[in-house]
Amino acid sequence: MTDREPEQLNVAPGAPHDSLLSETLSYVIGLGLALVLTGISFWVASTSSLWGPGVAAGLVVLAIAQMGVHLVFFLHITSGPDNTNNVLALAFGVMIVFLVMIGTIWIMGHLAANMGPTPEMLNLHTQRG
Amino acid sequence: MSATEAAAIGLTHNASEDTGLGHRGPESKSIVVPYGFWLFVLSDMVLFSALFATYASLVHATDGGPITSQLFDRTTVAVETGALLLSSFVCGLAMIAAKRGNMAWTQIWLVVTGLLGLVFLALEIEEFAGLVAIGAGPQRSAFLSAFFTLVGCHGAHVTAGLMWIGTMIAQIWAKGFHPHIMRRLLCLSIFWHALDIIWVAIFTIVYLIGTLP
Repeated sequence: MTDREPEQLNVAPGAPHDSLLSETLSYVIGLGLALVLTGISFWVASTSSLWGPGVAAGLVVLAIAQMGVHLVFFLHITSGPDNTNNVLALAFGVMIVFLVMIGTIWIMGHLAANMGPTPEMLNLHTQRG
Repeated sequence: MSATEAAAIGLTHNASEDTGLGHRGPESKSIVVPYGFWLFVLSDMVLFSALFATYASLVHATDGGPITSQLFDRTTVAVETGALLLSSFVCGLAMIAAKRGNMAWTQIWLVVTGLLGLVFLALEIEEFAGLVAIGAGPQRSAFLSAFFTLVGCHGAHVTAGLMWIGTMIAQIWAKGFHPHIMRRLLCLSIFWHALDIIWVAIFTIVYLIGTLP
């Protein structure tokens, strides 16, 4: 699986690098960055020295950054030409994920806010699971 | 199939037309199999996005029951997060050892990967049992239904991953580093790293944002 031809067109996601050093470094750097980002996330969520309403958005940004770290350093997704197919598939997946999440939150939020004259009937607090 | 036939249906390329694809047929299995698995992993993330959307829609539908900030313990979540992240890292080390055909280190790192995954799973089961014990089970409110579905689905994936790790330990031991075994191992590592990516979203959206003051 690891005999890479010089003119290799594609590489599998997560496929190891060629040199032991660069490969180990990749995982170590990834672990370090992920630990730092996780630490910042937990600190941001606990501290009271930041502007409260912005904390949730900041946490989401930190999470997206950490996902990027995992993709690059653990799954070896790069911008290189041998990664084009992996990146295209990822881009499509990310698009669907955002459509589903933002679309649902947007529509369901407006639905809860706008429907009917009797808000207590539609109050989500009174819905049973 | 003759060469002209193959050319007619696009399996080969004339030297004159540069398609950017080179002059070869399909990629080898060592590329195609992990790529197909990558597509599965991405579709799994789409599945999780639907569960996240459900959770976000129902997180305030507590039916007078407990709310997020009363239920979640950040210390447990921090330990779970650390265990899963280290597990993902050690899984990478196992791949490094496997690529170089080092049986001992491959097995050691895979066992450590599995043990760290077990730590994560044990903490999660303990958390779930604690919630059910205080009457905050999945039947309590729409919020808790969505919570158990989302986090439980991730936990089910981790459970499947642990069984897969056990299987790979046995297969590498019994069959050695054959190409088809290496393909399975690479798919396992993609799966395991992807679970950690999904956990990043869970600990941020469910646990950290859910317990903001």
